[in-house]
Amino acid sequence: MTNLELQNTLAAWSDQITFTEEATEFLTAQVPATEWHEVALKLKGSPELHFDYLFCETGMDYGTELGVIYHLRSTDLKHEMVVKVNTSDREHAQIDTVCDIWRTAELHEREIHDLFGIEFNNHPNMQVLILPENWVGFPLRKDYSDPVNMIIR
Amino acid sequence: MQQEYIVKDPFKTEEYMINMGPQHPATHGVLRLLLTIDGEIIKKVEPDLGYIHRSIEKMCEYDTYQQIVHLTDRMDYLSSHINNEAVCLTVEKALELEVPERVKVIRTIISELTRLASHQLWWGVFGMDIGGLTTYFYAFRDREMINDIFEETCGARLTMNYNIPGGLMFDIHPNFVNRTKAFIKHFKTKLPEYDQLLTGNIIFEKRTKGVGVISKEDAISFGVTGPTGRGSGLSCDIRKSHPYSAYDRVKFNEVLFTEGDTWARYKVRIQEMWESISIIEQLIDNIPDGDFKVPTKAVIKLPKGEFYQRVETARGELGVYINSDGNKNPYRVKFRSPGFSNLSILDHAARGSKLGDLVAIMASFDLVIPDIDR
Repeated sequence: MTNLELQNTLAAWSDQITFTEEATEFLTAQVPATEWHEVALKLKGSPELHFDYLFCETGMDYGTELGVIYHLRSTDLKHEMVVKVNTSDREHAQIDTVCDIWRTAELHEREIHDLFGIEFNNHPNMQVLILPENWVGFPLRKDYSDPVNMIIR
Repeated sequence: MQQEYIVKDPFKTEEYMINMGPQHPATHGVLRLLLTIDGEIIKKVEPDLGYIHRSIEKMCEYDTYQQIVHLTDRMDYLSSHINNEAVCLTVEKALELEVPERVKVIRTIISELTRLASHQLWWGVFGMDIGGLTTYFYAFRDREMINDIFEETCGARLTMNYNIPGGLMFDIHPNFVNRTKAFIKHFKTKLPEYDQLLTGNIIFEKRTKGVGVISKEDAISFGVTGPTGRGSGLSCDIRKSHPYSAYDRVKFNEVLFTEGDTWARYKVRIQEMWESISIIEQLIDNIPDGDFKVPTKAVIKLPKGEFYQRVETARGELGVYINSDGNKNPYRVKFRSPGFSNLSILDHAARGSKLGDLVAIMASFDLVIPDIDR
């Protein structure tokens, strides 16, 4: 399916899903965090879309908001798209997990939790992965400062 | 009256947890696995990462785009040229820069030589893990010949840094074509002998057939790429589905096997070495003339937006995601590494097998730990 057909299919599910105006190679959809799990189930389950391969999951710090970006691909229908989910609560950021849908998200979400501080609801094993257990702070956020270890010229 | 003697179970067994610790000759890097075992059967495998985490993604936010290229070949050091090529292709895609044909062909030839070197090292180490030490010495003898070719042209043997955004750093050495042709001629006589050394061995067959089976649905759900996924029938070769550099004008096959066990993953890599030899033979005599780089500004600034480019390293799909806000440093860089997704299926594949099988399964995944930790 082309980007325009994908956009029409997604816009028919809910009117809170918005799309970016600029032209990039992937269709980019912005989904609110409260609806994300239902939309993800439909993205994998519906036979005309069938996005079954999550190939990149990235955490982002936009300055005022935190978010996660998902890159999805379908192995038989060969189309791809990008979904962005944001949350504006920086103290207790929470997003629904998708590791019951795509099992590759288990390790990716543990890494995002370590480095950004986003909690994923209903994750089976939310523990630190890369940092030691007694590390304070979330290193990949923009307001992280560590005068001992970071030397910025 | 008969008396019944009830003998209680003389051996009381329980599960215990041991460390396949960060220092271990079979993990090929610093990877700590917490194994829960019952006798010799494995119940659960839990990886503990972070022993070689160097925060490459955070460092990239304070570097210019030419400096980022130098950080990437420390990630997966066995296919370092292909990592550099990934970042250069992303920057060239964002600036809409068209590189000359000579650059594309030379990049493809050196990428395939790197893939041969990486698969040679994998073959040598695979035999060593199973117990046959001979393969290690044979593999490194041929790998030294490839390293000598690289040292003459690029200046370094392992972390080459030969790519820059816009082309290559300097032109190839006049001896490059002759030495590559001589090496290919020598290697074609050796590869059948190496294959027969392990494939014809009954001990190797019994230790790898039927061990660590991954089905195609599990491979898709866990995000597995590279030869690990192609051993289960998943068609995921980036050189075929999203061709880059000179891959759209050479003829080669994508190698697929359907059994999904360690034997299938071994056969995929051996067949891929034959395909790499065929690609180099098609390109080595027809390198077009021209410039070896396109001039760019000294300070590169990407336009505002997000860019994604993927390449096929020796282990699978490496994806580079750059989010730029118009300055000379990027806002966020993310490297989607193939080892991270391949490691996540180790628990699923190794449950129920014995400790010796775990070593064979890990060797067939071909994990490089700096790629996982970044």
